Amino acid sequence: MQGRAATGSDEILAVDGISVTLSGREILRDVTFHINAGEFTGLIGSNGAGKTTLLRVILGLISPSAGTVRVEGGLRRQPLIGYVPQRITLDPDMPLRARDLVGLGIDGQRFGLPLPSPTRRKQVDEMLEAVDATRFAESRVGNLSGGEQQRILIAHALISRPRLLLLDEPLANLDIGSEQEVVDLLARIARDQRIAVLISTHDMNPLLPVMDRIVYIANGRIATGTTAEVVSSESLTKLYGVHVDVIHVHNRILVVAGRREEALQHGDTESIVELM
Amino acid sequence: MPGFLSPLIEPGFFSNLPVQTALVVGGVVAVVSGIVGTFTVMRGQSFAGHSLADIGTAGGSAAFVLGISPLFGFVAMNLMAAGVMEWIGIRRPRGRDLATGIVLGAALGLAALFLYLDTTASSTTGATVNVLFGSIFTLPASMVPFIAIFSVVAAGIVLVMYRPLILTSVSADLAIAQGIRVRLVGIGYLVALALAVSLSAVTIGAILSTALLIGPAATALRITNRTGRAAVIAAGIGIIATWLGVLLAYDSYYWFPNGGGWPVSFFVVTLIFLVYLLSQLRFRGHSAARRRSTAAQAG
Amino acid sequence: MFSDLMLNAWGSASIVAIVAGVVGFFIVLRGSAFAAHALPNGAFAGAAGASLIGVDAIVGLAVFSVLGALTIAGLGRRARHDVATALVIVLMLGLGSLFLSMATEYAPEIYSLLFGEVLGVSSSELVPIAVIGVVCIAAVFLVYRPLLFSSVMPEVAEARGVGRGRMEVVFLLVVALTTTMAVPVVGALLIFSLLISPAAAARSFTDRPFTAMGLSVLIALGTVWSAIALAYLSNLPIGFFVGSIGAGTYAVGRGWSAWRRNRRSSRRTGQTRPRPAQVQTS
Repeated sequence: MQGRAATGSDEILAVDGISVTLSGREILRDVTFHINAGEFTGLIGSNGAGKTTLLRVILGLISPSAGTVRVEGGLRRQPLIGYVPQRITLDPDMPLRARDLVGLGIDGQRFGLPLPSPTRRKQVDEMLEAVDATRFAESRVGNLSGGEQQRILIAHALISRPRLLLLDEPLANLDIGSEQEVVDLLARIARDQRIAVLISTHDMNPLLPVMDRIVYIANGRIATGTTAEVVSSESLTKLYGVHVDVIHVHNRILVVAGRREEALQHGDTESIVELM
Repeated sequence: MPGFLSPLIEPGFFSNLPVQTALVVGGVVAVVSGIVGTFTVMRGQSFAGHSLADIGTAGGSAAFVLGISPLFGFVAMNLMAAGVMEWIGIRRPRGRDLATGIVLGAALGLAALFLYLDTTASSTTGATVNVLFGSIFTLPASMVPFIAIFSVVAAGIVLVMYRPLILTSVSADLAIAQGIRVRLVGIGYLVALALAVSLSAVTIGAILSTALLIGPAATALRITNRTGRAAVIAAGIGIIATWLGVLLAYDSYYWFPNGGGWPVSFFVVTLIFLVYLLSQLRFRGHSAARRRSTAAQAG
Repeated sequence: MFSDLMLNAWGSASIVAIVAGVVGFFIVLRGSAFAAHALPNGAFAGAAGASLIGVDAIVGLAVFSVLGALTIAGLGRRARHDVATALVIVLMLGLGSLFLSMATEYAPEIYSLLFGEVLGVSSSELVPIAVIGVVCIAAVFLVYRPLLFSSVMPEVAEARGVGRGRMEVVFLLVVALTTTMAVPVVGALLIFSLLISPAAAARSFTDRPFTAMGLSVLIALGTVWSAIALAYLSNLPIGFFVGSIGAGTYAVGRGWSAWRRNRRSSRRTGQTRPRPAQVQTS
């Protein structure tokens, strides 16, 4: 499945030379990468590496101090992007069915009362079917399990037919079974509907079988390419600024700091803690 | 009137003008409170709703000093307070409660001042009791058009912003990503809340308006899974509680202890609280049953 | 201003301020502003009921505020806390309006229950106020560490055996006692201002919990003392001054912390730059 990144003519997202400074602290420096239609891209980095900031820049919620973000020709037109934010706690007291939340993905920003419409209903039914959520469509969202809620949020983001789907740590707090289900679902959607998927996570291992491209973020800078290109000792050593070993165990990848003392001399304690 | 109702309804109930006004106004206010209150509970802003009622007493009592209808005092003060709360308000719920509390404290100080002036001016009229506990039977019929206008505006705001309000209640992040101006929706909602609270403050009283706002909505959220239905049910519970309250208060003129009548607000609040307790019991049984059925499916 | 009659006022108000400062610190820390508002309001109904059956107001205050605390804690376990609080307060106020309609109180007496009558505190009332005040302070210091732990990190505290529900009950009971003691002095509505504003302001000036608590007591004392003096001189109700001075100190605190933050960030970047609002970085 890898190598599809090379077909490249159908570019959806172009991030060029983005830098972000927030209250005097540089969060991102000169970040550049491109994503094509149907590509599944992992945004990998530890907590605090700047993943959420980068996603919010792409969404247009944070203006960068330098650089441009272009989404499929147009300048960041919102409906082009579907977004699944980080850990939403859905209140069990909220009177809202799973189907209602998905429907709000179509017209949630509109004023006035929604009129019952058979086409809208059919659209919601199809979307629920696509994320395999028909079974709990009538249940209250707050009462669903973490994995079920995640699927509903993905359906909410997808129903407006975006070209680009951004997901912020969708695998956090999921058990291993639902983690795999969500990843398979996203990979299938990217393939079938030619949607570019950009998914942030601190653990790349669940994504390894499906990832076309990786954007590895550390110290505010990124390395990008295929998994084989980026997740190597040389390129990560360059990115972290300390020696890093990449260890393959069965089908998993472990990233460990090699020489601890050197890093401590640099005063860069964060990079030790954050390696996976 | 059917014969079997006559032991329940004291003679003259429907032909009494203050009672007619009370039934109409109480019904309208209950509907608006139910609709707005559904979102108040969903957004976790019960404290803001309750505070606006208390804050409004500063306006209500100032209106007494000036000799105008308390309704205008309530509306003016509450709109101002909603603005200040939004201005110093912080997104985190804890910070928001604190901002609300500070505005509330300052406004209660003002209320103390105005009510003091009211009381010293005429210690027999009982402005304190009137402003704080309301008096649905003494509402002048001339206020009905104003109550209607404010009701339509408050309910209209909520209905127009229906979908964006739901989305921002689910998650501000989700709403922003969909192009909703969360701040604007928040302000619009606070205006609707300020109006709804003012309305119920002049009918069942400032410190009891919370009952109409929160009680029916909290009950409705337990009963249905759908937002629209929840608002309708909340409005329904509110109307029934208010009308029953008016009826019982009318009847109570002949009760213990001295034939002075029991207050409407006492009946309304007690009825709402009882319905809420009942819905709690029902909901617990309901969710336990569902948990068992999903466990059976999983197994 | 310092006549024998006024000595009771100064004494009782000082006790109330000290307790309010200490308890208020935890109210602000836990974000329990609503409960702190609800209990005194509900207790008011108790006072009205007490006068109806001819017992001392303080008994009614105690019974209603303790019952209210227990009901909020009980209902809050199953439903949303703010909804439970709102419903308890309105139920108690509903009873209050019933009691008022049956009683033959004059408006000024109701008014003083709601907004305080510091000049009306008698020597015989001073004793129970002092006793309850000492009990409140002792209770807070007894549970100081677990309460602080549970307020700041409820989950971790629970894992270490500090039950969240249990601390909530203890805390609400302390607020209930504070209420009982303070309502006759500053009134059901304004005790809230005294509980919230000094503690919220103190938090802006220091980062240390114990210092913040001390500071909150000092600000509360300053607030009531100046409120009594102003009320005495102007002949206006004390509640007005408590409310406005409280909001004033909070505004000063907010201004101070904004100024300090601004100075700190301008020192780091070398220029003053408005902070972008609501940005999460992770």
